[in-house]
Amino acid sequence: MSTIYMMIPATLLIAGGFLIAYIWSVRNGQFEDTTTPAMRILTDDKPISPEASDLETKN
Amino acid sequence: MSEAALNISALTVSPDNKSAAASCAHCGLPCLTTAVRAHDKDFCCTGCQTVFEILTENGLTQFYELSDKAGVQIKRPTRREQFLFLDEPAVREKLVDFSDGKTSRVTFTVPSIHCIACVWLLENLFQFKPGVGRSTVNFPKKEVAIQFEDAKISLSELVALLASLGYEPTLNFGSLEGAKPKPAFRKLILQLGLAGFSFGNIMLFSICLYNGLDSLGTLNFKPLFGYISLGLALPVVVYSALDYWRSAWTCLRQRILTIELPIAVGIVAIFAQSCYEVFSRTGEGYFDSLCGLIFFLLIGRWFQQKSYERLSFDRDYKAFFPLSVVRKNGNRDETVPISALNVGDHLLLRHGELIPADARIVSGEGVIDYSFVTGESEPVEKRAGELVYAGGQQTGGVLEVQMTKPVSQSYLTSLWSHETFAKERNDTLDNILNRFTKRFTITVSVVALGAAAFWWAHGQPNVALKAFTSVLIVACPCALALSAPFALGTAQRLLGRQKVFLKNQHTIETLAKVNTVVFDKTGTLTAPGAAKVEFHGAALNEAEERALFSMTRHSTHPLPVRIGEAIAKQHFPETVYSFLETPGKGMEARVANQEIWMGSASWLASRNVMVPTEHQSRSNSVHIAINGAYRGCFTLQTSLRQDADKLIAALSNDYDLALLSGDNERERARFGDLFGARANLNFNQSPLNKLGFIHNLQQSGKTVMMVGDGLNDAGALKQSDSGVAVVENIGAFSPASDVIIEANNVPRLSQIMAFSKDSVRIVWVSIMLSSAYNFIGLGIAASGKLAPVVCAVLMPLSSITVVGFACGATHWLGRKHKLGGKQS
Repeated sequence: MSTIYMMIPATLLIAGGFLIAYIWSVRNGQFEDTTTPAMRILTDDKPISPEASDLETKN
Repeated sequence: MSEAALNISALTVSPDNKSAAASCAHCGLPCLTTAVRAHDKDFCCTGCQTVFEILTENGLTQFYELSDKAGVQIKRPTRREQFLFLDEPAVREKLVDFSDGKTSRVTFTVPSIHCIACVWLLENLFQFKPGVGRSTVNFPKKEVAIQFEDAKISLSELVALLASLGYEPTLNFGSLEGAKPKPAFRKLILQLGLAGFSFGNIMLFSICLYNGLDSLGTLNFKPLFGYISLGLALPVVVYSALDYWRSAWTCLRQRILTIELPIAVGIVAIFAQSCYEVFSRTGEGYFDSLCGLIFFLLIGRWFQQKSYERLSFDRDYKAFFPLSVVRKNGNRDETVPISALNVGDHLLLRHGELIPADARIVSGEGVIDYSFVTGESEPVEKRAGELVYAGGQQTGGVLEVQMTKPVSQSYLTSLWSHETFAKERNDTLDNILNRFTKRFTITVSVVALGAAAFWWAHGQPNVALKAFTSVLIVACPCALALSAPFALGTAQRLLGRQKVFLKNQHTIETLAKVNTVVFDKTGTLTAPGAAKVEFHGAALNEAEERALFSMTRHSTHPLPVRIGEAIAKQHFPETVYSFLETPGKGMEARVANQEIWMGSASWLASRNVMVPTEHQSRSNSVHIAINGAYRGCFTLQTSLRQDADKLIAALSNDYDLALLSGDNERERARFGDLFGARANLNFNQSPLNKLGFIHNLQQSGKTVMMVGDGLNDAGALKQSDSGVAVVENIGAFSPASDVIIEANNVPRLSQIMAFSKDSVRIVWVSIMLSSAYNFIGLGIAASGKLAPVVCAVLMPLSSITVVGFACGATHWLGRKHKLGGKQS
């Protein structure tokens, strides 16, 4: 039964990882608009914006 | 004398005609008279052809593969000069979300976004012009956020680019007010996620304890599991339940009782009791129940926060007024923002433009449509020197006016400085739940104190304390707090599917209490534009009809335009010679060797045409003379919306009815018949009169629902207990209101109100159901024997049954009232 002392921190660590991923996704605005991404994925090529990535990081 | 009735339905293109015409390669609409053929494709107009060429040049033809009706028809051509005012620092600063001097970001509302191809095209905007960066579309909100480099492209160029593609953003006077604060949606789902996370993880440990794991083997896990559970529950109590602490504190300070107070007391009791058990090693606590409770409560809040992203329930005239207007500056015409206008400025108004402030006509003939402002159903003609009021729409040619009052102090806009608009109606406190909470809290306090006193008297202080906290734990009204949000939230969603949008859930409670219904006339009970055109006189033969149709195509005056639409059928226009229009009088022309005069009775009389006496007195009429002989007259009569008479008949049994119209008394008799003798009919009402009328009704103890559509109803809608704004298209402008309803749903209003009443009954049954659970729990708790496992089962069980009942029963109600499913 002493393995439980190992298992508990491990499970809590993994669970905590998912919690952090969730918090990140909410802060990233992924829950703001759930309709448009579903439409975007249907178009063939993603818009390749030249300086989009630079502009994005400045926000 | 025979009478030929021409219904307005003749104006819509008949189906066979539609199939014969090729559909436009850009927008998919049928190509009619303005069709163009280019690049081996058909286009409905040159505007669509231009967009097609722009897209082809930029290699973006994939656009047309994404959807059949991908394109947006260009209704009116735009020039960049029109948008130059956007580059003025004062305007630009208000519109741009963010700017660091090099790059800026702006968010536009684009109503024409309608399909996947629009999303694709707008997100490929950077391919059109250098300097445009990343653009992101939010489809449900119909918004596009665009980043751009200030040095390479100006804001006006960007807007002109969007407009040239058919995606002209909505720019109105209200856009200058800056962005509205975003709702606290992000915070709520963070709280919800955290509570769910802790609930699930604590439950894993608790299940082990409930199954007696701690007594297996030699190790005792109980204290360890208790501490872990405490650690997991702490952030939930501190962060997820934050709003309950705040609400409870407000309740205490203002000495009012809302459902949040007993919930907060319950959370404190559970948390304190659990901590005591863990630290004293007497038990494992109720942390699983605690997190579950907060999790379920937050789900209820999340369900309650349902909002319609495209709709706005708090608009004022600023959202209706344009952002800019053309001002005459010496010999130059310049486009300026409305906020920069001063009294005395000369403004140029084209066909279809709005008058931004009270003004006097300098030159040109005004044909002003006041239907949205005063409720007058027919456009009025104004000459040079006469006053025109803000909000009217010019439907004639170009008009030059001089402003006589500032924008905010005009006849119409001064309505918004009335005190009704200053006070915020607080309808969140007086609701069913809070009224029940008062009784509930008193009962629980009595039971808790009674149980404690009973055990104390029997010399068992430990049991007394345990019983006291147990009662508070069990009485925590979780299921109760869920009953109303889920029953009313489901009702709100069912109505939303039928294009009846409610501001919030409390609106249903108010709808159920209404006992007086007040209607506006123009645009609410009558359909705008859908006037019935009738011809009085010997029936016109085909050649005459075609000649009249050809002639009306040359006029911009609303009366001939409507007559032309009504007799359009499938005529092809003929050449019209020597067309001459005398403003305010009539017009003359030669078509197919017939000399046609069309105009007022007095104008024909001045040309020695005998107008029969029975036709002279007809209002809203256009008289026709062919080759100098009187031929007959057209009359236009506003027609009621379909089934409006049935609605009035259905409502008159249960409600007091009244009519408030800004129009003249002309139609009093007609509406008198419709409403019956009991109803109160009022004509010639100014916007302030309407507000006052509603206020008087409320003073006499009535709960009033106002149904209106125009800006002139804005005061009445705001003052009424339940304001229902009628719109032709969802997303179009509507004044501040509680309900936004699509025009063709107006006849179903009685059904909607019956549904609301039944929904409120469902809430009461749900409340009773959840209270039953609470009292079963109370019985156990008062005996001082509340085990954590009982709590852990009872709490979710009660919540789930109450939620299930509330949603299920409301859905059943929806079917009963024929509200279920999508509208065909």
